[in-house]
Amino acid sequence: MADLRNNFVGIKSPNPFWLASAPPTDKAYNVERAFKAGWGGVVWKTLGEEGPPVVNVNGPRYGAIWGADRRLLGLNNIELITDRDLYVNLREMKQVKMNWPDRALIASIMVPCEEEAWKAILPLVEDTGADGIELNFGCPHGMSERGMGSAVGQVPEYIEMVVRWCKQYTRMPVITKLTPNITDIRKPARAAKAGGTDAVSLINTINSIVSVDLDNFAPNPTVGGKGTHGGYCGPAVKPIALNMVAEIARDPETYGLPISGIGGVTTWRDAAEFLVLGAGNVQVCTAAMTYGFKIVQEMISGLSDWMDAKGHRTLDDITGRAVPNVTDWQYLNLNYVAKAKIDQDACIKCGRCHIACEDTSHQAITQFVNGVRHFEVMEDECVGCNLCVNVCPVENCITMEELPAGTIDQRTGKPVDPNYANWTTHPNNPMARQAAE
Amino acid sequence: MGTTQSGILGGRLPLGEYESNFSDLHPPLDKHEALVASDRCYFCHDAPCMTACPTSIDIPLFIRQISTGNPIGSAKTIFDQNILGGMCARVCPTETLCEQACVRNTAEERPVEIGRLQRYATDVAMKENKQFYTRAASSGRKVAVIGAGPAGLAAAHRLAVKGHDVVIYDARPKSGGLNEYGIAAYKSVDDFAQKEVDYVLSIGGIEVRNGQALGRDFTLAELQEQYDAVFLGLGLAGVNALRLEGENAEGVEDAVDFIAALRQSKTKADIPVGRRVVVLGGGMTAIDAAVQAKLLGAEEVTICYRRGKEHMNASEFEQDLAASKGVTIRHWLQPKRIAEKDGKVAGIELEYTTLEDGKLTATGETGIIAADQIFKAIGQSFLGSGLGALKLEGGRIVTDAEGRTSIDNVWAGGDCVLGGEDLTVSAVAMGRDAAESINRAFAAAAPRASAVA
Repeated sequence: MADLRNNFVGIKSPNPFWLASAPPTDKAYNVERAFKAGWGGVVWKTLGEEGPPVVNVNGPRYGAIWGADRRLLGLNNIELITDRDLYVNLREMKQVKMNWPDRALIASIMVPCEEEAWKAILPLVEDTGADGIELNFGCPHGMSERGMGSAVGQVPEYIEMVVRWCKQYTRMPVITKLTPNITDIRKPARAAKAGGTDAVSLINTINSIVSVDLDNFAPNPTVGGKGTHGGYCGPAVKPIALNMVAEIARDPETYGLPISGIGGVTTWRDAAEFLVLGAGNVQVCTAAMTYGFKIVQEMISGLSDWMDAKGHRTLDDITGRAVPNVTDWQYLNLNYVAKAKIDQDACIKCGRCHIACEDTSHQAITQFVNGVRHFEVMEDECVGCNLCVNVCPVENCITMEELPAGTIDQRTGKPVDPNYANWTTHPNNPMARQAAE
Repeated sequence: MGTTQSGILGGRLPLGEYESNFSDLHPPLDKHEALVASDRCYFCHDAPCMTACPTSIDIPLFIRQISTGNPIGSAKTIFDQNILGGMCARVCPTETLCEQACVRNTAEERPVEIGRLQRYATDVAMKENKQFYTRAASSGRKVAVIGAGPAGLAAAHRLAVKGHDVVIYDARPKSGGLNEYGIAAYKSVDDFAQKEVDYVLSIGGIEVRNGQALGRDFTLAELQEQYDAVFLGLGLAGVNALRLEGENAEGVEDAVDFIAALRQSKTKADIPVGRRVVVLGGGMTAIDAAVQAKLLGAEEVTICYRRGKEHMNASEFEQDLAASKGVTIRHWLQPKRIAEKDGKVAGIELEYTTLEDGKLTATGETGIIAADQIFKAIGQSFLGSGLGALKLEGGRIVTDAEGRTSIDNVWAGGDCVLGGEDLTVSAVAMGRDAAESINRAFAAAAPRASAVA
């Protein structure tokens, strides 16, 4: 039985599944239910400074896109940080932490970018017994208009400054939550590290208009005839999040910096992907908002069973395992050759591979053979692009098969070269030629 | 109150039961169901379902239009190929056509519900009386269409679209042909056949003359004189006879008449049915008659077919439907004699059959099934008169691939044609294609006419 216990920058939890700072973690009632369902930790919904709390819109806060059968693929929200009184939240956090000492409880904080504001709130949070703090430099809507959230996260100097204050005024571990609404995610991560952060968490939501109401010509969610950009999350953002996590994990300047992975984690498999790309644990929100807290049970059993099947004992055995295999395009082996292969027994003859290849790619899949509807890869045309694999509705019906070294590639007429060779040394690369001279 | 009395009588069931027994066999999909069902379509390239459809409806496209919330556009895709797409959605044996070809069968043994999706889209458009076609400028050409069934209506509509004036002649008081008179009531509820006729005719330029029979009221030669072209969509008006002792006894009836009477009845309680009913035949007509006899309250209904299950023309689905309604289907039995009592049917003697060297042979062994009503459903035949020298073969009209007959300017389509498939959807395809052929013939003739002038 795999050991799923998680130690993230000294914060211990029975499993690596935390709920992200978001509506599901806004009050004790929800968090108690989450812990009962089995969640390892919770990042409490972002606290603001003392005083009258923020207000939310009284119309719709969410918009979505769906896949087949109305499966929710992406969610967009315009909800702000907690709209409850600071002291109510602090009281509840303290009580919940007492009730659940084995679970992680992190306070997410967003106050104005002034030293006094941070200095004031940190002791109050520390008094709750929270295990750590997460700095919300990510929310792209509403709060950013007031100079907080992503408005801070988009300026590396501000990140470094605020992190430094936090490290100065609290003993609690500091997790810096990054916004993806930036060109190069490594810059804010480096800034957070320079400020002394214990970890980064990412991604926060992506700035988005999720859809438009075509009857009223207004973005969704529409509040009284108008809409605004919101934060996008859910399964659709996972690929963006995975890349950003990997970029930080493999950047020499931030290599080794603990990462809490966030962005579209819906199943154990998603979580495992974040972990192997360098995340120490994961945070989840949309999946819980779609299906309820019970989904963590699938994540726990799935991760555990996969680790058992593969012989991985602890999370440390898997964290970062894929990082060495993330590289730049220029280092990919240009002598590696693969061809698509269609399993004729599994093929249902929908023809999607053919038309995708015929219309949009390399004309490498037949439609008829001897007058009979039959889909087969023509190896002399196939460049191994993998498009057919991706459009095929039947899992594992089309696979990419590596051509062993020495065999003749029907497309080029040349034998497959056993040696590794990449773009940096390729004769067509003008830079390579220069280097040779 | 119902009754189990012997003899052929109406009102066997309590009144309320008729309505539920004859309600829609496949209730329509609502919007949510249609979206879920449409999500299953893979949008195949050169889709097998489309190839399997006799009218070649672009099925992946119309389903995708449903899935994107555009049922009106979907209906147009259907009607472009098949103006009777609404009825075909109800009566097509989809399980042997489009849905049999669906690639989902390979992976899951459950096809996309193409028929019900087609009904969904066409229902939406027809409910809104959405008209997709306007007539081209008048060509000045006049075409006579004989028969207001699926072939005739499809031909007339396409001809009207092209700007030709059409007169449809039909022997029956109502238009629709088998759609109106020849389909089980539970497949076409709420007077749909007439609504569809009205929808098709609303294109304009089509005059219908009911109660006008070829050979009785006019001849083909007369029509040729009056019209630029003639389309024959005559259907099969004759019914094959048993040629057996007792065939004229009271209670021996043609299944097609029974089916037609049911369709014309509002309450169904007025349609008399026997207590013990035997239906002879193995096609859709046999199933339609047997199932409806059961639904009318017959105590025992037995289909007797002279060959095996695998030879039945009725689809697997239809056979299962009959079984689920309590109809017994017996194979390898052929009628030998009808037993009478006081001039009325008392039973039927049947002889067991077998295949010997591929030839159907009676074994000599017989048995008797008690019955007070017997329906003949052993096939229909072409009855034509007033056709002059029109070439027939095997009792059907001979045409080429475009529907041209042996006589100039006379086309034909539907069940009356040699090689017809006995399907509504095939009749529609033939009517439509003949109309296109007529239109091409007019177009080819036009410049020649002006050159002479």
